[in-house]
Amino acid sequence: MTSLRHILVLLECLLVTTASIAGRATAVAARATDLSKIYGQGETQVVALDRVSVDFRQAEFTAIMGPSGSGKSTLMHCVAGLDTFSSGSVRIGETELGSLKDKQLTRLRRDKIGFIFQAFNLLPTLTALENITLPMDIAGRKADKQWLDSVIAMVGLADRLGHRPSQLSGGQQQRVAVARALASKPDIIFGDEPTGNLDSRSGAEVLGFLRNSVRELGQTVVMVTHDPVAAAYADRVVFLADGRIVDEVHGPTAESVLDRMKQFDAKGRTS
Amino acid sequence: MFRTALRNVFAHKARLLMTVLAVMLGVAFVSGTLVFTNTISQAYQKSSAKGFDQVDVAVEAELQEDKGDTVGKRAELTQALLDESAKVPGAASAIGVVNGFTAIADKDGKLIGGGFQSQGGNYWGAEDPRYPLVSGHAPSGEGEVLIDSQTAKRAGYEVGDTVRLSVDGPVLDPKITGIFSTDDGNVAAGGSLALFDTAAAQQLFGKPGTYDQIDVKAKAGVSQSALKAELDKALPKDTVETTTGQELADSQAEAISASMSGLKQGLLVFAGIALFVGTFIIANTFTMLVAQRTKELALLRAVGASRRQVTRSVLIEAFVVGVVAAVTGLAAGVGIGAGLRSLMGTLGATVPDGPLVITPGTVLAALAVGVLVTMLAAWLPGRRAAKIPPVAAMSSVHAQATTKSLVLRNTLGALFSAAGVAVVLAATTMSGSDGQAPMGLGAVLLIIGVFVLTPLLSRPLIAAAAPVLRVFGVSGKLARQNSVRNPRRTAATASALMIGLTLITGMTVMAGSLQKSIDKMASSAIRADYVVSMANGNQLSPDVARKLGRIDDVTATSPLRNAPSRIGGETEYLTGVTGSTIGELTDLKVDSGSFKVGGTQVVVDDRTAESHGWKAGSSFTVAYEDGKKQKLTVAGVYEGNEMIQGIMLDLATLSPHQTDPADMQVMVKTSDGASGATKDKLEKALGSNPAIKVQDKKDLSNDIAQMFTLMLNMLYGLLAMAVLVAVLGVINTLAMSVFERSQEIGMLRAIGLDRRGVKRMVRLESLVICLFGGVLGIGLGVFFGWAAGELLGSTLATYELVLPWARMAIFLLLAATVGVLAALWPARRAGRLNMLAAIKSE
Repeated sequence: MTSLRHILVLLECLLVTTASIAGRATAVAARATDLSKIYGQGETQVVALDRVSVDFRQAEFTAIMGPSGSGKSTLMHCVAGLDTFSSGSVRIGETELGSLKDKQLTRLRRDKIGFIFQAFNLLPTLTALENITLPMDIAGRKADKQWLDSVIAMVGLADRLGHRPSQLSGGQQQRVAVARALASKPDIIFGDEPTGNLDSRSGAEVLGFLRNSVRELGQTVVMVTHDPVAAAYADRVVFLADGRIVDEVHGPTAESVLDRMKQFDAKGRTS
Repeated sequence: MFRTALRNVFAHKARLLMTVLAVMLGVAFVSGTLVFTNTISQAYQKSSAKGFDQVDVAVEAELQEDKGDTVGKRAELTQALLDESAKVPGAASAIGVVNGFTAIADKDGKLIGGGFQSQGGNYWGAEDPRYPLVSGHAPSGEGEVLIDSQTAKRAGYEVGDTVRLSVDGPVLDPKITGIFSTDDGNVAAGGSLALFDTAAAQQLFGKPGTYDQIDVKAKAGVSQSALKAELDKALPKDTVETTTGQELADSQAEAISASMSGLKQGLLVFAGIALFVGTFIIANTFTMLVAQRTKELALLRAVGASRRQVTRSVLIEAFVVGVVAAVTGLAAGVGIGAGLRSLMGTLGATVPDGPLVITPGTVLAALAVGVLVTMLAAWLPGRRAAKIPPVAAMSSVHAQATTKSLVLRNTLGALFSAAGVAVVLAATTMSGSDGQAPMGLGAVLLIIGVFVLTPLLSRPLIAAAAPVLRVFGVSGKLARQNSVRNPRRTAATASALMIGLTLITGMTVMAGSLQKSIDKMASSAIRADYVVSMANGNQLSPDVARKLGRIDDVTATSPLRNAPSRIGGETEYLTGVTGSTIGELTDLKVDSGSFKVGGTQVVVDDRTAESHGWKAGSSFTVAYEDGKKQKLTVAGVYEGNEMIQGIMLDLATLSPHQTDPADMQVMVKTSDGASGATKDKLEKALGSNPAIKVQDKKDLSNDIAQMFTLMLNMLYGLLAMAVLVAVLGVINTLAMSVFERSQEIGMLRAIGLDRRGVKRMVRLESLVICLFGGVLGIGLGVFFGWAAGELLGSTLATYELVLPWARMAIFLLLAATVGVLAALWPARRAGRLNMLAAIKSE
């Protein structure tokens, strides 16, 4: 009897655990549904995003790719609450962005989202450490010291904290930006061509950090890039063309991404 | 190149608007001053020329100079001389003119006008061509008077009314028999004129049977100079002087332009300050424009433009800005000129009517000032533009602010400041007028030094504000750091405000200290409860002192009576006092001897004693007005001040030698001190005379305070211009900063700083810059105020430094307000910045 009950309890534990694991794996950090973004009216009307639906799952590293003008940046800006959209819906966690006012959107970005920009976008007057803690300073929160130390250690900036951006190399500056995005433990981090201004070695480092944060810390990262090598660091690549999602690759390699891109290019030329 | 430059002007309309405004304000001030002074002086000249159209030749008594032991006197113009003048062949008629002071009270018994333009005169015969009657008829005897139409209108008097007048003390209540019109300049300027018949006027003004002037009218066809020649022949040469009406009008016109030129220069100084401050803003704007356009200029260089062409394109741009600013400034200046005139009208100083005068000189000055100042200010930025290498066109990086070392600048600044402080300090040890020039030099050196040093000073001073800014969280922290990011720019912006506040504070400190010291002087040396004097500073009839002495409550009185005399071949003014009471009425420190006035015993102030080498016990011989001589003994030497000084002797000794005694003032002590009731009693005893002021010590203080307040308010008004220009500079700098940092601001918005936070950041930066300028300005102002006071203190015994803390707090608040106001628009712009456009890299 007792052994049976034992087994039952064990079974229950097992079920709960698998369910939670499954749940965690399928939980969505951000979701766009039928998202459209239209500029202008009448003849000058430009459809930047055409009814795009996409999920960004928790603890997943997603790369968005596509040729210039495909709408990849617009998609990211809309999902990240930086830009408004014409129709459809965007959710970050449980929050629907469409109904938010500027103030609430700002707060959402501050508390739930991390950003990494192509041009680093650090404040030249602040030290590296001050730049890292800036989002928390804005919110008036104290940084979680332990977490902060581990993030700094991960990006290898411990001995550069007192430096100003002008005293750091491009790669170091972008590492500061990565640390800034991670430090406030956001629900999701958006990167806009984070390696665009870096040499290949520094770029590889930064991408490595982003991948590690996903693998080891369970961070969710969405990155816009046009570099197949960068996209290969992601778990999944979403391809955009003419404002629509045209393809998706799981577990990409630089070669497989390049192949797909060539196909689009060929299609683009023939159509 | 010209087309490129023009395009640039139009491409940055909004930005250049500030620059245009800054130059325009200065030009408007300059041209406004010129238009105003030209208009006024022409109006005055016209009205005075009209006043002389009844005079072909004026005969005046000649003043004989003091010589040897005799005091010079004015000869008398008698009836005989008048008859003589009228008899010369070229003369059509001759009018005897009698002038004097006549105060007119309004229906409430208050003096009309300020007292300085309260005039009296005579109405000649049955119909005086000088004063056409509007209504009524000529006066006769002391019981009848005519008043001018403006005064009648102002006070509501009509023919038949009784009016209260006073000439030199006693009150008269004559009937108004007529009202006349006049072009008299004083009346036009808000004064009053009362006319009696000639005999009454002569009697009242204390010159029976004589005239002040004889106006001779020529027969038709006789020129002024011919008439003058005839008169010169007929009249005794050594006692009279003849002048043609034209000469009189000319000399008056000259006097008017001379007094106007003083006003003009004063106003132009302030216009200069505003323009000087404006140059900072222009230089700042062009520096920033050039920095922003680095890529564009480099491209021009890359496609083959020479350095000189690049510089020239910047200067052409400045030229266009300057011309636009000068033209609009001139237009605004004409408006200011017109506005000033009507403002003066509302302030009580009636200005004669006349058209606005815009001379070609005014137009030229406005254009030259506007264009030159702008081009001068743009010259350095233009040169910097030329140094941009062509390769800069290829780089995508925003032009970095020049991080050129400040070492040279700081060294220069330190040298200038140190020299300035040293010279000012040295000047404070000098006496009076000797120190003025070095003081001015030192002040200029120090201001330049501090201006050059502002970038260095900005760091520590702004760091001092950090604890306060920390309250505002991240916005405060970023604002502080942004404000020291480009020290040169911050410095130039703050300096503009600094200069205005330095002057304002300096003036306030000086005025406050002076007021206190004069106040002290006026009251500390006087033990009397009341001082009775004439409203216009004229002399009082001795009758006033006699009347006051007869009042029950009055325990002691003494007039202060001035009389010229000759001592040792020099003119020296004696002060006649009542010897028995003067000790009770004054509180003068006696340096040596005793304070004893009576008989031949006199007291002498320290300065006079020193100049003559007298000590207590010395004696000297004085020659009075009437030529009689007397030996006087110095009983004591007292410490004089600006109110009471000179040789004091007993009236009993002095009076027999005076023909026409009159008192400067009468000091009165009463049994129960100063009180409203006592004052009423004194005033009533004097017949509630509109011309006589009865003042206790408090009234004296108020009078002095009022004078200083008026002066300070005028200065504040003028310096407000410089502050206004400085505000434009702050707006400009902030707008530029917001533009340059748009990427940063976009990033801050992206990572979660809300609009309010961004706006607050800009506002706080503005506040920090303005307070920095304010603190520097107030500090410098206090130093200059102190230094100038030290210089004055050497001549003013009672001088003491008064720091107007409340005022200084207000000035700092003003600087803060300037900061907040100037940030309104730039902060709004920063808040509305397009986040996406801003963060996107090029």
